[in-house]
Amino acid sequence: MAIVSQQAGRPGRWVELGLLAVAIAIGLYAYVQVGLATTGEVPSGIVTQLGVLVVLAVLTHVVLRWRAPYADPVILPTAVALNGLGLAMIYRIDQAEGTSFASRQVMWTMLGVAAAVAVVVLLRDHRQLRRYTYLSMILGLLMLLLPLVPGLGATINGARIWISLGGLSFQPAELAKVLLAIFFAGYLVTNRDTLALAGPKVLGLQLPRARDLGPILLAWGVALVVLVFQRDLGTALLFFALFVAMLYVATERLSWVLIGLFLFGGGAALAAATLDHVGARFDVWLNALDSDIYNRAFGGSYQVVQGLFGMASGGLMGTGWGQGRPEIVPYAHSDFIIASLAEELGLTGLLAILLMYLVLVERGMRAAIGVRDGFGTLLASGLSFVVAFQCFVVVGGVTRLIPLTGLTMPFLAQGGSSLVVNWMIVALLLRISDAARRPAAMSGELPIPPLDTSGEVAEVTFRPTGDDANPTEVVRLS
Amino acid sequence: MNTPVRRLTVVATLMFLALMVAATSVQYVQAPSLNADGRNVRTIYREFGQDRGPIIVAGEAIASSTPVDTDYRYQRSYSQPFLYAHSTGYFAAALSAMTGMELAANDVLGGTADSLVVQRLQDLVTGRQPQGGSVELTLDPRAQQAAWDALGDQRGAIVALDTRTGAILAMVSKPSYDPNALAVHSGSAAQEAYDALVADPTEPLVNRAIGGDLYAPGSSFKIVVAAAAIEADNLDADSPVPSPAQLQLPQSTRVINNPGGIQCTPNDTAPLRYTVEQSCNTTFAQLGMDLGADALREQAEAFGFGQPLRIPLPVTPSTFPQDMDAAQTALASIGQFDVRATPLQMAMVSQAIANDGRQMQPYLVATERNADLEVVSTTEPTELRQSVSPRTAGVLTELMTSVVANGTGRAAQLPGIAVAGKTGTAQSGTDAPPHAWFTSFAPADDPRVAVAVVVENGGFEGDVASGGTTAAPIARQVLAALLVE
Repeated sequence: MAIVSQQAGRPGRWVELGLLAVAIAIGLYAYVQVGLATTGEVPSGIVTQLGVLVVLAVLTHVVLRWRAPYADPVILPTAVALNGLGLAMIYRIDQAEGTSFASRQVMWTMLGVAAAVAVVVLLRDHRQLRRYTYLSMILGLLMLLLPLVPGLGATINGARIWISLGGLSFQPAELAKVLLAIFFAGYLVTNRDTLALAGPKVLGLQLPRARDLGPILLAWGVALVVLVFQRDLGTALLFFALFVAMLYVATERLSWVLIGLFLFGGGAALAAATLDHVGARFDVWLNALDSDIYNRAFGGSYQVVQGLFGMASGGLMGTGWGQGRPEIVPYAHSDFIIASLAEELGLTGLLAILLMYLVLVERGMRAAIGVRDGFGTLLASGLSFVVAFQCFVVVGGVTRLIPLTGLTMPFLAQGGSSLVVNWMIVALLLRISDAARRPAAMSGELPIPPLDTSGEVAEVTFRPTGDDANPTEVVRLS
Repeated sequence: MNTPVRRLTVVATLMFLALMVAATSVQYVQAPSLNADGRNVRTIYREFGQDRGPIIVAGEAIASSTPVDTDYRYQRSYSQPFLYAHSTGYFAAALSAMTGMELAANDVLGGTADSLVVQRLQDLVTGRQPQGGSVELTLDPRAQQAAWDALGDQRGAIVALDTRTGAILAMVSKPSYDPNALAVHSGSAAQEAYDALVADPTEPLVNRAIGGDLYAPGSSFKIVVAAAAIEADNLDADSPVPSPAQLQLPQSTRVINNPGGIQCTPNDTAPLRYTVEQSCNTTFAQLGMDLGADALREQAEAFGFGQPLRIPLPVTPSTFPQDMDAAQTALASIGQFDVRATPLQMAMVSQAIANDGRQMQPYLVATERNADLEVVSTTEPTELRQSVSPRTAGVLTELMTSVVANGTGRAAQLPGIAVAGKTGTAQSGTDAPPHAWFTSFAPADDPRVAVAVVVENGGFEGDVASGGTTAAPIARQVLAALLVE
């Protein structure tokens, strides 16, 4: 809490503007370097690129000044820098492969930023979202299961996680991520005390009551459905991790985490044993360099191993923009963009990128701690964690820390749905951080949305002195 | 709820730390073994797919790289492929192989040499695609072309040296090959070309000037025996030496005859000069036996036999046999038995004599330059060894000048320029025609260039070939190209 009171009254918008200039410079420098290395000249699209980046960044910056003047000044520049690096790498792979993903990605970037601006402008207070707790659940589950609908869903590369509408394909699971985070936050903030306090104590662990296991079993069931029917290990893992993490934040009960790990571990082991494609992922993970597995036509380790080769050839300093051979790896612009960046920017560059994500996550968590309502805390921490976990699953898969799954790297990877949704996450974090950093005296001026649900009053009642006066903190047992 | 959020932050931080450890493991710890993995085409691409610097002769690139739209990005091409093939070697991306200067100067051409570190740093900062440096050879295009033309379609080799520095002015080996055929990026085409060259019985890939199976030097080796004799007995050009009509070899039924089976001098003794002019076998067999195998080997090694050498191409050391009896010593003294020499070795013998007995390190690289054509390294001539005393060198010069003026090497005469040389006609087997040798330098009174020629199995002249008739005229043309403006 000390952090919040120190920063109160310092909106930090000028800091943000300065950091934005740096972030844009990073993206443009990368873009120019790619052009110089691959064609020997500054890319002709440089003016457009510069214009798009500057307009987007300045527009968002101005909207923040208007609608969320106390928003965390580091979040937006970090997202812009990552987005810019992603665009440069996609452009670079385009140059090598003769594809044109970059221009589409620029369009998606514009859409993503537009979505973020819309969220910041339309959502004056994040607590408004709590009204849509159960609607979010329904929409979220719908999104998650949509690809299974015959005629609408499309199977791409073995995973049925896409829907095709009028030639555009979209990964609805990305949006489900945000919707379910809203649902979890709303649900947990209401039921946390029941989940936390009731139940027997075994070996010093406070176990939940059997009837309270319902939600976690439901989440587990949905995750398994995703895993089995959509063949998407990554998304299943992501949702389950999101739910367990938010459950833990709400209840502070380690037992939930252990139950969750146990359930998922059991499910995953079962899946690995019975489902070929999951079993193959484990084979690839454990014996990637084995020549049998490397040469296997389907579900082999070629992609992972080529990614490792690329990263190894990048070494400490990297080959430099446009001078490596990242295009050898299949999906070098999307699933394996992190290996492409590691090859050309080296270990140094990869660590810098990981640190940027860590900064983004830490800023989100900071907003979660600073914000004065439980819903905001849960939502911000859940969204931050989902970004962190997604990075972990993607980079962990590429570096062979864990089995490879098909998730995309937030902001970097080519892919519209992921980019738009991550920009929406950024908008929500900006919105919550604005509430967190707004001086206490001023928060009275915030319009408190009328709530139509009953029995949740204690959580959303305005408490001018923050969490210290929160009665639930006092009664909590450790 | 702040405590669990803080803990969750710690968990997230730990996840990122785990990723950083994993990344470090891949990109630093495992990197060497991953880069060495045979399935890693990047290693091949990095080695063979870079903007490689040119190999230059007299300001003109004879090997250069141009951007192409293949996985290797740059096509290596050779502007005068056959003429310089054995100097440049080939850079075959599709075969992952390189030879010749491409291999010997790979670090400079590929830009990884220590001398290019400043430029690499500049490229890193400016983002310029790293470019290799260039290597300028010592070859003289006129001499190279003259040697190429003079040898014609005969198998053999020619080496020309600057007598004062050791710089290699010409190096021709025939038959030659087209390195462009091996540099193509199509793996099957390159392999086909390579297989054909390897299967060719005339061995075009072998650089006969410095390697291969080597040649018996025959009578051209008599200079080495003469050098040992002059050093041992302080002879001069007119000292009397034995010159019998024939020589019965000890513990053997074999008899050594002179060319044509006749007495090669009027009497059984003759001035040394005369025996060298006529290349009397009996004289040098006898001198060799008198000196002994050890003294002969010592003199041969002082001329470079048996010594490892890089120019910087690796040179096969010429050999003088061990543990010979008297008969074998006699045969070795006339350049037969198991004596073997490269044309470069015989050129180095002439070079040492021409340079007051000081043998210079032969070298092919004049300068190394970075991609901006700034000189980063220049080869300084270095002395290898004192092969003979200056006095002996003077006597030998006198003898060799007589060979061209009055003896077996008259075909090497140039108008107005005194040429010093020695012929050799070496038995190469019972049935095969002899190898024709000539080693020489000029001008005899102020030496500048040394030239050695070998024509394999007599060339056009076949069985009747000799050093004087086959090799000497070729040496003459190379000397003329170098000395006559």
